[in-house]
Amino acid sequence: MKKDRKKRLFGVLLIIGSSCLGIGLILYALNSNLDYFLTPSEIRQSDESVVLSSNTRVKLGGMVKKNSFFINENKVNFEVTDFEDSIQVIYEGLLPDLFKEGKGIVVLGKYNDGIFYADEVFAKHDENYMPPNLELD
Amino acid sequence: MIKKFFHQFASPKSYFAIANKFGKPVLVFFFLLYLGALVWGLFFTPPDAIQGDSYRIIYMHVPASFMAQILFVVMAITSAVFLIWKLKLAAYVSKSIAPIGAIVTFFALFSGSIWGIPTWGTWWQWDARITSTLILFIMYLGLISLHASFENKDKADKFFSVLVLIGVVNIPIIKKSVDWWSTLHQSASITLTSKPTIDPVMLYPLMFSIVTFIGLIFGLVVLSSQNEILKREKYKSWVKNI
Repeated sequence: MKKDRKKRLFGVLLIIGSSCLGIGLILYALNSNLDYFLTPSEIRQSDESVVLSSNTRVKLGGMVKKNSFFINENKVNFEVTDFEDSIQVIYEGLLPDLFKEGKGIVVLGKYNDGIFYADEVFAKHDENYMPPNLELD
Repeated sequence: MIKKFFHQFASPKSYFAIANKFGKPVLVFFFLLYLGALVWGLFFTPPDAIQGDSYRIIYMHVPASFMAQILFVVMAITSAVFLIWKLKLAAYVSKSIAPIGAIVTFFALFSGSIWGIPTWGTWWQWDARITSTLILFIMYLGLISLHASFENKDKADKFFSVLVLIGVVNIPIIKKSVDWWSTLHQSASITLTSKPTIDPVMLYPLMFSIVTFIGLIFGLVVLSSQNEILKREKYKSWVKNI
């Protein structure tokens, strides 16, 4: 390879390398702030922190605990679990079509005294696709 | 001999001649095949056990999202080739990819939003996957306007290529976003390392739609690059003789 081309190749690698390094450092610094939701155990552990004061809206994500769903005075009650800890959720409104016990869920709302008051509920579907007759459970 | 072939192919004139011959037939061919893939996916596959019929947008969303990223990688390669070997043709191809990439990325975001309404219950959330794809879309737009803002097109090519190389770092971030952070978006169904988590009856039409969409988009890129060559080399004698 000619000398000037080698120099330019080095320049190209330098641009890509420094870009990777810069963005990498930013992402490393932001790390968990880029998470879309908190798990029940994360919310419990940071109970006292300012972030989870009763006026801040946070997102809680996990699985809808089996046999935890019931309706009481027009309000939906269920528990969100990450199989270590679970949090009781109370919500008034329409649930997405894919809402189901044992399936992924993200709720947006306020956490107060061990109960999560949800304003919005999103269903999280997984990466498995199969025809209905092959469903195992 | 290989070197001679590359030298010949790399000249805009001979590239144009080859592209002129094969570009349109290839585009039409893959366009028809992609339509076939859509028909296969929409009418001849079973619904999903959980999502029902709404999952069928996968046959548009996945090819579009895949190409949105691949086009940027291709653009990074042609930009690097331009910067290192000063190959004008590579710069022309780079420049003509940007608008196509922007449209494909928009389509990926749009189809994702449509898919999100019945399944997630929302059309937009600022999770890592969706946000990084939006950044990709904005980068395509930025590249287009950067190139357009220069009077001196040779200078434009240079700045454009450097910006592409800086931006290409976003591609692995998009790809890995669903693994690095918690997201609303599900993780990948088809990976190089493990068995696909999508049933073969849906996997085959999906693969077919991806492959044909790749052909369709590259056909468009070839056509668009021909246009760019004519525009940029309009004072050259071979263009005047067309």
